[in-house]
Amino acid sequence: MRNTRATQLLFELSKPGRGTNILPACDVPEHALGELLPADALAEGPPPLPELAEPDIVRHFVNLSTQNMSVDTHFYPLGSCTMKYNSKRNERVAALPGFAQLHPYQPESSLQGMLELLYRCGQMLAEIAGLPAVSLQPAAGAQGELTALLVAAAYFRHLGQERTRVLVPDSAHGTNPASAAMAGFEAVTVRSTDDGHVDWDDLTRKLDDRIAVLMITNPNTLGLFEPRIVEIAAAVHQRGGLVYLDGANMNAILGITRPGDFGADMMHFNPHKTFSGPHGGGGPGAGPIAVRDFLEPFLPSPVVVRQGNRFHLQHDRPQSIGRVRCFFGQVGVLIRAYAYLHTHGPEGLRRVSEEAVLNANYLLAKVKHILPVPQGDRCMHEFVASAARLKADKDISAMDIAKRLLDYGFHAPTVYFPLVVRESMMIEPTETESRETLDAFAAALFRITEEPAELLHEAPHTTTISRPDEVRAAKEPVLVWKP
Amino acid sequence: MAYFLNTEDDRRAMLETIGVRSIEELFAMVPDELRLKRALDLPPALSELELTSHLAELAGANRSATDAVCFLGGGCYDHFVPAVVDAIGSRSEFYTSYTPYQPEASQGNLQAFFEYQTLITQLTGMDVSNASLYDGGSAATEGVLMALSTSRQKGRVVTSAGVHPEYRAILRTYLQNLGVELVTVGTPTGTLTPSDLAAALDQNTACVLLAQPNFFGCVEDTAELVRVAHEVGAAAVVAVDPLSLGVLKRPGDYGADIVVAEGQSLGTPMSFGGPFLGILACREQFLRKMPGRVTGQTVDRRGRRCWVLTLQTREQHIRREKATSNICTNQGLFALRATVYLSLLGPHGLRALGSLCLNKSRDAIERITSGERFSLAFDRPTFKEFVLRDAQGRVADLLAEAADEGVFAGVPLGQWYPEMSDCFLVAVTEQRTRAQIDRLATTLAQATRETAPAHA
Repeated sequence: MRNTRATQLLFELSKPGRGTNILPACDVPEHALGELLPADALAEGPPPLPELAEPDIVRHFVNLSTQNMSVDTHFYPLGSCTMKYNSKRNERVAALPGFAQLHPYQPESSLQGMLELLYRCGQMLAEIAGLPAVSLQPAAGAQGELTALLVAAAYFRHLGQERTRVLVPDSAHGTNPASAAMAGFEAVTVRSTDDGHVDWDDLTRKLDDRIAVLMITNPNTLGLFEPRIVEIAAAVHQRGGLVYLDGANMNAILGITRPGDFGADMMHFNPHKTFSGPHGGGGPGAGPIAVRDFLEPFLPSPVVVRQGNRFHLQHDRPQSIGRVRCFFGQVGVLIRAYAYLHTHGPEGLRRVSEEAVLNANYLLAKVKHILPVPQGDRCMHEFVASAARLKADKDISAMDIAKRLLDYGFHAPTVYFPLVVRESMMIEPTETESRETLDAFAAALFRITEEPAELLHEAPHTTTISRPDEVRAAKEPVLVWKP
Repeated sequence: MAYFLNTEDDRRAMLETIGVRSIEELFAMVPDELRLKRALDLPPALSELELTSHLAELAGANRSATDAVCFLGGGCYDHFVPAVVDAIGSRSEFYTSYTPYQPEASQGNLQAFFEYQTLITQLTGMDVSNASLYDGGSAATEGVLMALSTSRQKGRVVTSAGVHPEYRAILRTYLQNLGVELVTVGTPTGTLTPSDLAAALDQNTACVLLAQPNFFGCVEDTAELVRVAHEVGAAAVVAVDPLSLGVLKRPGDYGADIVVAEGQSLGTPMSFGGPFLGILACREQFLRKMPGRVTGQTVDRRGRRCWVLTLQTREQHIRREKATSNICTNQGLFALRATVYLSLLGPHGLRALGSLCLNKSRDAIERITSGERFSLAFDRPTFKEFVLRDAQGRVADLLAEAADEGVFAGVPLGQWYPEMSDCFLVAVTEQRTRAQIDRLATTLAQATRETAPAHA
């Protein structure tokens, strides 16, 4: 049934003379290009792009789309990514011309609805964070991290303190240490204990007056709430440092507990995770940040402020770190987040976390006999199972299981992250899956572990391609098509 | 309640399987004193109908480019988006998937990214492209960081004042703690002169950031500027308008090392400035320092051609604090839209589009400057944007009045260039008709005409 012609590359489908009629004739007096541009700037001819007709293009991309697993077609328990259902209502409202057809440099008087939405969105994020000041500008979680660290650097500069180090637990997302380095800090790794918590002794050993920020993920990447978070935050604060919360796991604690209340001074949100912006094949996401009031002056400019019943973009902020993104952030993602927050309301948001945690614990209970979960039999919204025993006993690796799950019609969990668990499989069902789906997934996992290892090594068997040679891809990079 | 799946019975049975009595017990890990003992102070839940009305009301409180005629530019443009781009971009197999960590389950996205990378290299004349960054500003900044990290010891970056002021602001923010000197060379005549650039360069300069066309819409003598940069061993990072490359020389053809761009023009609506598409392409020697995701071609076990994310050892999840960038995701959906858009336009469509922008903006210039009051601020060839000087110097009033008449006539420049407070930037895309250009010219000619000139 596979249409192999439609999945040829665009460049192979190209045929000189094909094309599609999109543009009108010129309705003003027309000049030759040579009269309008200096000769040395003018291209000699059209760029070397493929020539295709519209029906070819449509069939090509529609066929490509069917080669993706997606949330709308499959269970997608990709741990740490929070692949929850993306409500169609969000898509429709974000596409309203009154939002999608706005130019960022329009007069403020013509933008009052947009600015009101952004203002209210910021207020809601502040309430959920328990931190009063928000910047909606960062374009992704990683940019939110960097922005907050630059805010911290500006704050310490303002205090006249020279703090050069940022502590990052070894279980943290790789973006944390990379962001610390980009903000000009030295990233110092803090060890995790075997049960997945921050190693208190290692932390306190590394805490000194050079510490600017501790970056912490809570619940952490093992799906566990850090029980000593208050002590940890207090220890950092006592040394004059700030606590940054990586908000990637907020889906577990909405309305249950707030980062500001457990000691965080700064955090980012991933609205594409927590507030159901679709992930778009790897973006767009967004990374708004919330901070304590004393950090507010350093936030990126502009910010949306309210003056009576009018909303205003405030640019004049002398202590601001400046800009991290053009214009006003990933507004389309924020509109979806705003719609999501309104869809759920306060009780609904708490229920989101309850259902996410229930689903995760239920799945954990169903699979732990097959795939042990080293960090115990409770988790928040995700858990990390280990295939280490299966690997030793039956030569079945986490990757084998991941690949075979595709044959059973499930997207694979995140494998080999976090690094602190051997043969790790990080599973996050989210609140938008049913018990039946989780049962079916657990049953598939069970059947897979009973299958011959040789069958699994060759998996997947039902996808349009089998396992790709990734070593060859990296050793002999072919990154563009050549005739 | 929104759209939860588990029924009361399900929940009971699930709790039993877990071995707890209540959902509350599942949160035992969260110390009691940290629990929020009240409901979040948020507005109550809305049904879909109420939500839709509420958002429609907020959207209706704006005046969009469908209500007014839009001549605004400055990095975000009212270009036409063909129906096919929307149709493909709204396929939920694309927009509800994620980063292709499992290539067998993601060949659709991966092939589209590979095609995107190829199209971007064809468009720019570069060797390689990544699979996109956040926006044009982040692409420009990452391009500079790449050049810095390739040059190792060099600690100086030179930019033209003709680069988008917000790109430069982002660059300044990113560089502020890295001990890198950032030098801006002015463009009083609208473009960067090679001698001014040469005077700002030294052996410690890692790279030069240029724009073609620049923020004022002016076409620069980029070939000469790149040559001047190369003379001192600095890399040339050039920010382009991708749509201009149907008519302007490709950066690869005049020696640019790294090309960055805002890809919004390629099939993405203006959306109040984002999400957008950051384009970054470079010469092969910069490949190992290139930030972001890259898709590579390989074969599967049966020898069939396929695609994977590759060269991941450059990336933050492997290199951690030694990574050259913290970029984690890309703008996959907008890279896809650009891929569809460029396929639809093709070489001749892109050429025709460039020609339309050039001719229409030329026509607008002629009409508006035929009276006494407005003149072109710079005597330079332009692409689709140009800077007008108001002899009366009343830019704010003028633009406000035009907006009241239903014409978004331009972007005031005084906010970034205080010496240009009597100037504004006008963009004329292929969407603007002769009648709309007439309307712009008439509106500007009639606006604030009762008022006495501010400058005698």
